Amino acid sequence: MQEDKPTGGDVNAVIQIAEEKKKQQRDSWSARLSSLAETRSKSEFAAIFEYFAPRVKSYIMRLGMPLATAEEVTQEAMLSVWRKCHLFNSTKASASTWIFTLARNQCIDRLRKEKAVEYELPEEEPDPDQRDMAEHSILEERMQVAISGLPESQAQVLHLSYYEGKSHSEIAEQLGIPLGSVKSRLRLAFSKLKAHWGEE
Amino acid sequence: MNIRHHFDDATLMAYAAGTLPEGMALLVACHLHWCPACRDRVKHAEAVGGALLDSIEPKSMSANALDDILSRLDDEQPTVDVSPTQSVILPKDVPAPLHSYINTSLDNLPWKRLGYGVHHIDLNLGSKGTTRLLKIAPGVSVPHHTHSGNELTLILRGSYSDEIGRFSAGDVADLDGEIHHQPIVDTDQDCICLIATDSPLKFSGLMGRLVQPFIGL
Ligand SMILES: [Zn+2]
Repeated sequence: MQEDKPTGGDVNAVIQIAEEKKKQQRDSWSARLSSLAETRSKSEFAAIFEYFAPRVKSYIMRLGMPLATAEEVTQEAMLSVWRKCHLFNSTKASASTWIFTLARNQCIDRLRKEKAVEYELPEEEPDPDQRDMAEHSILEERMQVAISGLPESQAQVLHLSYYEGKSHSEIAEQLGIPLGSVKSRLRLAFSKLKAHWGEE
Repeated sequence: MNIRHHFDDATLMAYAAGTLPEGMALLVACHLHWCPACRDRVKHAEAVGGALLDSIEPKSMSANALDDILSRLDDEQPTVDVSPTQSVILPKDVPAPLHSYINTSLDNLPWKRLGYGVHHIDLNLGSKGTTRLLKIAPGVSVPHHTHSGNELTLILRGSYSDEIGRFSAGDVADLDGEIHHQPIVDTDQDCICLIATDSPLKFSGLMGRLVQPFIGL
């Protein structure tokens, strides 16, 4: 997209370049995570750590974990990145999404003392959804734009669910609205996000 | 497998956000094992988490965190790729995530009788709500009931019908407090399903009042 140079005062072009830069960054994290499985390079891991650990820590703290434990759980989550990077498949998720799921599972284990149940693909059935990496980062790009464009009431339930780890019933209680309204707000948000990633 | 009933988007978002109790997450994982359409939706719901992680305000780690983790890397063995369940031939009606909980076929489970034509196995997960397998004989109907929270049902074998429609192997019923229903097994085969709730069921009607304290569902 080299032709998209900002011309004086062209805010849209500037935004576009910023978005493009973020997308490249995401692509590169996915590529670096993929190559980590082969190289097992500690300096490469250190780079991934420097970018993702402070984000994972921030996420874990929002879920309500005290500072000291948050740091410890972040270390556990980042160690699982090292242990499992050969399982990362950039055709299925971006690096951010994959690391999000690792951190989430670590929190379920630690915060709720429950087992995080992951799904497995049936052996005989190849995954029909073979997106390429570029598509995934485009999807996430659009997703971020779409999330920031959600009406307040929908953005709020999305944040409470993903970032504060609240169940739908707890959100209903906290906001003083019926459980059905929490779900319908989430459904509305999801369908808006779906419209942005433009498929199905 | 011809799946006709899927999860509500809100349920898949809760799974992706990691807020479902273990039993409900287990049930979701079981359906995902069978359903490419819901797997696709879950990937999108997880990408919401990825997008949020990208935009979160980072919180710096303590000064020695990086050195600390680098010194631990050599002790970490890569996770083995093949999951133990993949090397075993699983019964067709036990999805892999469930198999790691019951470790046998549905026919070999120590079913306990609950009442006329109804047997169950409580998975005793100790999480919020209950998670159990229910085996219901042909023609038997579960008392008319409503739900105070959420209830997920995944059919593993056989089928049933209720006010909403017909549910057979692979289908899920994703219900909340607003729905009253009375499922009835509609073939000559036992219907076996996995049911997970995040709070106790409430039965309505006389039958419900008689049966609920007894079976403790
Ligand atoms: Zn489905």
